[in-house]
Order: sequence, then C-alpha cells, then structure tokens
Amino acid sequence: MIEVKDVSVRFNLSKEKIDNLKEYFVKMVKRELFFQEFFALKGVSLTVKKGESWGIIGRNGSGKSTLLKLICGILKPYRGTVKTHGRIAPLIELQAGFDGRLTARENIFLTGALLGHDKRFMEEHFEEILDFAEVGRFIDVPIKNFSSGMSARLGFAIATVVRPDILIVDEVLAVGDKTFQKKCEIRMQEMLKNNVTLLFVSHSCDDVRRVCRKALWLNSGKAVMSGDSNEVCSAYEKS
Amino acid sequence: MTKNIERVVNLYNKRELLAQLVRRDIRLKYRRSVLGYLWSIMNPLLIMLVLTAVFSNMFRYDVINYPIYLIIGRSFFDFLSEATRMGMWSIISNASLLKKTYVPRYIFTLASVTSSAVNFIFSLGAIAIVMLVTRTPPSWYIFFLPITLLQLYIFCMGLAFFLAAANVFFRDVQYIYNAVLTAWMYLSAIFYPAKILPKNLYWLVSHLNPIFIYVEQARGFILYGTMQDTEIFVIGWVFALLSLVVGVETFRRTQDNFILYI
Repeated sequence: MIEVKDVSVRFNLSKEKIDNLKEYFVKMVKRELFFQEFFALKGVSLTVKKGESWGIIGRNGSGKSTLLKLICGILKPYRGTVKTHGRIAPLIELQAGFDGRLTARENIFLTGALLGHDKRFMEEHFEEILDFAEVGRFIDVPIKNFSSGMSARLGFAIATVVRPDILIVDEVLAVGDKTFQKKCEIRMQEMLKNNVTLLFVSHSCDDVRRVCRKALWLNSGKAVMSGDSNEVCSAYEKS
Repeated sequence: MTKNIERVVNLYNKRELLAQLVRRDIRLKYRRSVLGYLWSIMNPLLIMLVLTAVFSNMFRYDVINYPIYLIIGRSFFDFLSEATRMGMWSIISNASLLKKTYVPRYIFTLASVTSSAVNFIFSLGAIAIVMLVTRTPPSWYIFFLPITLLQLYIFCMGLAFFLAAANVFFRDVQYIYNAVLTAWMYLSAIFYPAKILPKNLYWLVSHLNPIFIYVEQARGFILYGTMQDTEIFVIGWVFALLSLVVGVETFRRTQDNFILYI
C-alpha cells in the first residue's frame, strides 16, 4: 500500500534564502551556493499494508511532517523511493485547502475539487458534511471568521466524507473540543473497519495507542523504533 | 508520447479543480462591489473615455474612429498585463496550499490566466458598446476574431508559465517585468497610430511584437473590416507556440524545486 524505502530528504540550510539574482551570482562566484546541507530524514523505511493504522510519534522537528509530505508526493526524496497504491486524501492539514475569503459553502466545493471529487458528488454529500461539521447556520460566512475548532471540523468532515484508501491525519485532534474529538475517533475507527489505511501524527501517546495498532518513532530524521503501538509508545514515554 | 497522452488525461481529470479555482478568482475579484461583474465592462469604458478626451484634444492623432482603435488595443494589453501578472504570482500566492497538499502545480498558473481570460471576454462587451455608440456596423470578418483571441491566450499562457517559475527562484523578476510591461505598452501602438513610428522601429514592432500583431489582427477584423496579410497570422502563431513551448518547458523542469523556495 505504502512503501517507503531507505529515504533521505535533504534541505539546503544556507543562512539566507537566496531568491534574488544579485546574491545568486555573488554566491555562485564564491561557490557558496549549496553548502550547509541538512537532512530532515535519513534512511527511513516504512511499509504500511492495506488496512493498517500507523501512528507517527516524535518531538517537534523530528521529521514527522516531512515523512507525510513524501508520502503525499509534495516533496521528492533525495535518495530512496516512495511508492503508494490507492487513493490518498492528501491533506497534511485538514484546513489546507481553505481560502479564508470564501464562504464555507464555496470552500466545500473547492476542497472537494482538490481531493478530486466533482461537483455532483459534493452536492450529494453536502448535507452529510454539514451535519458532521455542525456549522449549519454559518454556511454562507467567509471561513476567515470561523473559530479554529469550526474550520477543523469542516476540514475533517470534507476529508472523510468519501472513504479514501489512505487517510493522513496530522494533529487534528489538538484543536477540536472533547465532543468533536470523540466524533473524529469514532469516524476513524469506522474507516479502519472498512479497510482504510490510516497514518496518524500526534504528540499524544494516548491518542496513538487508542487509534493505531502500529507506530513509528522518529528522532532527528531517523527511525528509532517501529512496531506495535503500545511498545513503541512506552519506549517513547520513557525516553 | 505515451507520457504526453498521460499528461493530457491528467489535465482532463483535473478539470473540476481548474473550474473551481477559476470560479474562486472571479468571485473574489468583485466581492463586495455593488456593480460586480459589470465593472469588467465599465472599467475599460471609463478609461477609454479619459484617454479619448486626452488624446483627441491634446495630441490630435489622425486615426479613423479613435475610440474603437483605442479600446481594442487597450483591452488586449490589459489582458496581457493582468494575465501574466496574476500568472507570475500564481505559485507564490498559493504557497500554503502547495506545501500541504499534492496538486499539479501548473493548475494554478492555468487557472489564473484562464480567469483573466474570462474577465477579458466580458470586457469585449465594452468594445461592442463603443461600436453601438459610434454607429460602427460590424463586418462579417468579426467572426474570425476567435482566431486572434486564441493566439493571444496561448501566448499569455506561455509567458505566465515562464514568469511563474522565474519568480519563484528570483523575486527580482516582478520588478524587471513591471518595467518591461511599461516599455512594451509604449511599443504596441495602443493609443497612437503605428505609422508615426520611425520606419526601422515600425518594422521591428510589426514583426517582433506579438501584442501589436494581435491588436492589428483584431483591428482588421473589427475596425477596418478587411482580412490582413497572411504574414501577420503566421508570425502571430509562431510567437504563441514558441511562448507556450518555452514557458511550459521552463516550468516543467523547475517545478520539483518550487517547494524549497516558496
């Protein structure tokens, strides 16, 4: 389903970003263009089979989001290969597709199109999305006026309305309130029963234990441990 | 070859996203204005009135039906300027989206040029109004106008792809391009008769300035009611296709690195 093989991602950590011509030529003459390299991921491998649920844990800056971006195809690996089979809901952040100036209604169709659904499909599922997100009355209000919880709910509702083959969830549960967290969890469990593959990023080991069977622990770009979520989480908590 | 077919199929599959992005641009453009879309027609009309007043009283060019001569050139150039500028920013201004979800990058450039084109089509209404007011009957040649519009669209698309990619790596491009656009406007015979240019310059402009070529084609169809020489259609198509190939190729080769610079 997802096969990540010995992947490294390299960034150029030059002191300043070179984005103007003069600097570019100065640095080129001085041969300083590509120095200070930085590996966000170093030789990480991960095989996820259909229907598995993986939690990815690690501290800030350990490479969790980079790994997800690789799997979505946003980043290309510097070394190694990434293969995925199946339809991904490629949202690293659930609200990523929203344009704050558009209303909730318009955003539902825009995000739907980003996820590859046509208008008719979104119209059919429109009510379902509204019900789940509980934004009813605010449907024609620009998203920029929404509370963060409200837009997170809407984002989650859109991303999960169709059952993708692979769902990627990056720290959604952090913003919503208790009732909404419960609802999301129920929906994720439901999807898991239907053989959806789940990748779940969180700081909270409790969440990972509850939702995922397996887990991968990353530390400064390297995989420390992978396997059963209980074992990995306990080891992570002890460190 | 199969790869190219794959690309076309891919684009076809993304048509819904393209439509949504175009709709977004158009909706946002006139949100909270009372007259809304009408501004696409009103704006060129108002500018034409001002320019006609200025040029027919101060400089007195000898041009038949100056208002139409002017508004054709003006709306063509406005499309070039809006489409390429929006295209130039299309990657950078969608950075947050590009960093967080995977969508083909070219879709944003395609969408911003296309939404400018929709706006441009509206603004052709302004030309129709001027024709009505000045009692200029349209000739049958007006049905050939889409040929010119297609060349213009393809040319702007190619240029926009090039600028979008260039601006990601070097933000200087926006300032350089502003200066280029200003010079370009004065070299396109938009508000003066092309014949007042010195002979050498006129030859250069009429052979190497695609915008002038497209404007002349359109003036031929709308204003003079004649078919122009084949030459200017050949040159027009050559520029359009050249621009598209160079633009798309530049974009394609650099797009994997965009993410590191936005």
